[in-house]
Amino acid sequence: MKNAMRKAAVGIAALMLAIPLLVGADGIKSLREHAVGDVEQAPENHREIRDAGGPLPRDFVQQPPLIPHSVQNYQVTTNYNKCMDCHSWSRAAATGATKVSLTHFRDRDGRELSTLSARRYFCLQCHVPQTDAKPLVENEFKRAPGM
Amino acid sequence: MSNDTENKPLWRRIRGVVFGTSGLAFLLGIVFWGGFNTVMEWTNTEQFCISCHEMQANVYQEYRNTIHYNNRTGVRAVCSDCHVPKEWGPKMIRKLYASNELLHHFLGTVDTPDKFNAKRAQLAQNEWRRMKRSDSQECRNCHNFAFFDYGEQAGRAARMHQEGFAAGKTCIDCHKGIAHRLPAIDQGIGESEPGALPQEVLHSTSLK
Repeated sequence: MKNAMRKAAVGIAALMLAIPLLVGADGIKSLREHAVGDVEQAPENHREIRDAGGPLPRDFVQQPPLIPHSVQNYQVTTNYNKCMDCHSWSRAAATGATKVSLTHFRDRDGRELSTLSARRYFCLQCHVPQTDAKPLVENEFKRAPGM
Repeated sequence: MSNDTENKPLWRRIRGVVFGTSGLAFLLGIVFWGGFNTVMEWTNTEQFCISCHEMQANVYQEYRNTIHYNNRTGVRAVCSDCHVPKEWGPKMIRKLYASNELLHHFLGTVDTPDKFNAKRAQLAQNEWRRMKRSDSQECRNCHNFAFFDYGEQAGRAARMHQEGFAAGKTCIDCHKGIAHRLPAIDQGIGESEPGALPQEVLHSTSLK
């Protein structure tokens, strides 16, 4: 029994070592249908995103809402956060922008804060401008049933 | 020949001198005025501005990421388009003030990025004040808001522009830090940098 297992293990190990040699880097394709050793497909020349009519609906409850406007050259630095110039609670009334969510006032230990949590400072880490980009590969993603 | 000239009546000689002098003055005027203007124009070029490393290493690098540096059509606004008035009088006054900048260049007041950032709030406010006083004339040299097509503008831009103009605001009242990094500003969203400016400086409600 032990002997058989050892033989099988050696066999699997040998196979795993052999596969890359047999297939070679050129044979393996990335998800974007390119050989992994190849140059990625050149990005299409994209135009600046102009302000959309309104935000696209979310696809699942936890999804960070998309940004329905251009954020080109927005400064989000230690000095200044351009997003918060409209979306902070003190500015939202004057600008008519959506107020930053309550969930952003909680630190990682779940404690409620009176101001924006430092871990939520970089808006564009989660929120991205919406665009009509075509999917690079076919996929079966469906909107969550609850939405 | 020489006898002839000496024999000319006095009034003709005076006329010759007057015409000769004024002609010479006229020619010299063209040369000096042309030279003066050429030098003046040369000090308005981007190359001249970034020949000082204070400008080259700090504000110029920030400006390179913005729409006034490069854009779809290649129509640019270089340093002087925003920072030097086009009208002769205000331009001369600005150029006179520039001698103070020359002094601080030699004193080395902002010759490192750290020194520059320490002074950023003060320098930015100087420029905001100047723009406010001139009703953002340098913006309006290109962006004439009498000809804004609100149908072409994005919804929020069209709304904010019309509200702003109705309240008597000028470009710089809202559009700060469009070509350079902003100084630290206390936005009321957590701990702010030491020495941060109050949020009111960004959205002044006072009329022009």
